[in-house]
Amino acid sequence: MNPEERHIFSVLVENRFGVLARVAGLFSGRGFNIDSLNVAETHDRSISQITLVTHGDAQIIEQIYHHLNRLIDVIEVTDLSTDTHVERELVLIKIATDDPQKRTEILQVAEVFRGRVIDMKPASLVLEITGDEGKLKAAIDIFNTYGILELARTGKIAMLRGAES
Amino acid sequence: MELSGAQILVDSLKREGVEYIFGVNGGAAMPIFDALYGETEIKLIPMRHEQGASHAADGYARVTGDVGVALATSGPGATNLVTGIATAYMDSIPMVAITGQVFTHYIGSDAFQECDIIGVTRPVCKHSYLIKNSDEVADVVAEAFHIAKTGKPGPVVIDIAKDAQMHEALFQYPETVDIRSYKPQVHGDPAQIAKAAALIKEAKRPMLYAGGGVVLANASEELRQLTLKTQIPITVTLMGLGAFPETHPLAMEMPGMHGSCCANYAFTDADLVIAIGARFDDRVTGDLSKFAPNAKKVHIDIDASCIGKNVPVDVPIVGDAKSVLTELNKQVGIADIDPWRDQIQEWKQKYPFEYEQKADKVMPQYVIEQIYEHFSDAIVVADVGQHQMWAAQYFKFTEPRQWLNSGGLGTMGFSLPAAIGAQLGCPDKTVVNINGDGSYIMTIQELVPAVTMKLPLKIFIINNMYLGMVRQWQELFHGKRYSAVDYHDNPDFALLAQAFGATGLRVEHTEDVVPALQKAKGITGGPVVIDFIVDEEENVFPMVPAGAGLGDVIRGLS
Repeated sequence: MNPEERHIFSVLVENRFGVLARVAGLFSGRGFNIDSLNVAETHDRSISQITLVTHGDAQIIEQIYHHLNRLIDVIEVTDLSTDTHVERELVLIKIATDDPQKRTEILQVAEVFRGRVIDMKPASLVLEITGDEGKLKAAIDIFNTYGILELARTGKIAMLRGAES
Repeated sequence: MELSGAQILVDSLKREGVEYIFGVNGGAAMPIFDALYGETEIKLIPMRHEQGASHAADGYARVTGDVGVALATSGPGATNLVTGIATAYMDSIPMVAITGQVFTHYIGSDAFQECDIIGVTRPVCKHSYLIKNSDEVADVVAEAFHIAKTGKPGPVVIDIAKDAQMHEALFQYPETVDIRSYKPQVHGDPAQIAKAAALIKEAKRPMLYAGGGVVLANASEELRQLTLKTQIPITVTLMGLGAFPETHPLAMEMPGMHGSCCANYAFTDADLVIAIGARFDDRVTGDLSKFAPNAKKVHIDIDASCIGKNVPVDVPIVGDAKSVLTELNKQVGIADIDPWRDQIQEWKQKYPFEYEQKADKVMPQYVIEQIYEHFSDAIVVADVGQHQMWAAQYFKFTEPRQWLNSGGLGTMGFSLPAAIGAQLGCPDKTVVNINGDGSYIMTIQELVPAVTMKLPLKIFIINNMYLGMVRQWQELFHGKRYSAVDYHDNPDFALLAQAFGATGLRVEHTEDVVPALQKAKGITGGPVVIDFIVDEEENVFPMVPAGAGLGDVIRGLS
């Protein structure tokens, strides 16, 4: 068995109904993994961008690349992992703040992660943190010790560095 | 001029040169059938089951190379098409399957005869469209035909809501189709082709391995040139039979599970395998770890995802077989491999396809041999099972599109409706349907349109009263526990044929085989069915057991 690698694919698709089902169906039908998936319109409204994180050995990754390309509605597939790229994910964390002492501590920790408070209630607050996978994991691990009430994350988005690809 | 969506659909199909539509009428497709009523340019062929409609469209596409068209209503009509769509998808057959859909305002409400056929067919078609507005019809049809027949061909589904069939719109058929996200690669990379040519020059034990892609690309002529120019031995897969004449000395015949020992031994010993439009299917390779272990591999395929999927490849060439072979042929000469050719000839002579003539039994292989003797130029449409393998082994195909079968999906019931499509596509040819007793009865109802249209089909049933291939596996791997394969309770197919209005004959003795075939040859006013009652427990050999390597082929006759 060859070593498994994590890859981020940027997939530009026609912005039509049913396209996501085709992409998702390809992964489920062929037994490929989806670790995270993000879909949104681009600056060109006729095109959507899917950022897809997957893993597998080199042969599987190559198959994923070719099968994505084979879908009629797929305009362009880029394996971002083969080049230097930036990646970000956004997470919203709701944490219990039942005593003021704890709240102060949480705000200090949030500062370390450059988190922003976007909602505050007497018994809880919501933090917004962006970063790469490692940073978000570290943040979640620490906030877990304070009791996370709810957590939502966007899934990764990514882009090649430098000039327009 | 404003026309109804259904009329736009029919006019668009005319623009695509469609001759036949195979269909079954029903509620949500009625406006389309209405638009076809009295239509003379396109002939509507009413089939008796939607599965028959999709297989008939498929058979038409396989013999002509044009896009076959099937038509059904929503819900059950559409789901009945699915087996035929999946069959075409697995064998890369160009087809457009049109389904009616409930009114747009009912979609998603679990309306009567509603089914999300786009969702159902997503994994078994090349692409699909749901039309909700009449003004989309013409553009969608143009795109669907373009997608179905270019690149790696395949079925495209068009689901059209009933109100989109009824509402009027301006008919304007697009002159060209340009899909920014769909640009199939036709020409192979010249550097890769040069590498392949260099490998051919160096090889001492090269072999060509050609598949259905050669037939689909209309590249048989180029394949013949490559083989004759290099004098490299060639094996052609089940899907490619006829791409190179099986009667030629360089032909090693079909490889794989029930292929020739020669082809399988050649794979095992070869130092270079040049795959052309073949996909290293598990039925060809056997145990992958033992497959062509000493060979470098060149793989020419239009579908990049097919290359390296099962077998690591040294020289991948993505492109159309015709274009790539044309370039490759310019760079190759006769290969200096006499000892290898001698070895191939030795295997060929030592291990031909053979069987034992048992006393008082009609041997199925003998029937096929005699069919070949009497109908060697015919188009042969086989079904799936033992008879299919015997037909592939004992009928010597010499022309592309002469042999039709469901190789990928292995769909029982394929052949009779496909033979109807084939006969309509090639009205001047004799079409022979070699069927099994199990597969024949799966789509037997399609004898009705064959009789109605007086198609002179030769339907030959290799009847061993069993689901024979499964029985063979049960005999070999399940201790002869014949679970659910005993078909002795089938009706008398000769009598049944007569009930349908066809000629029906039954043959139970070896000496009656040839007279019956001669009689069949003379019947031209409609279909003839011959029920050949053959040895019940004859097995298909050679056989590479599932999971074994090709070198471990069981030659049979034990």
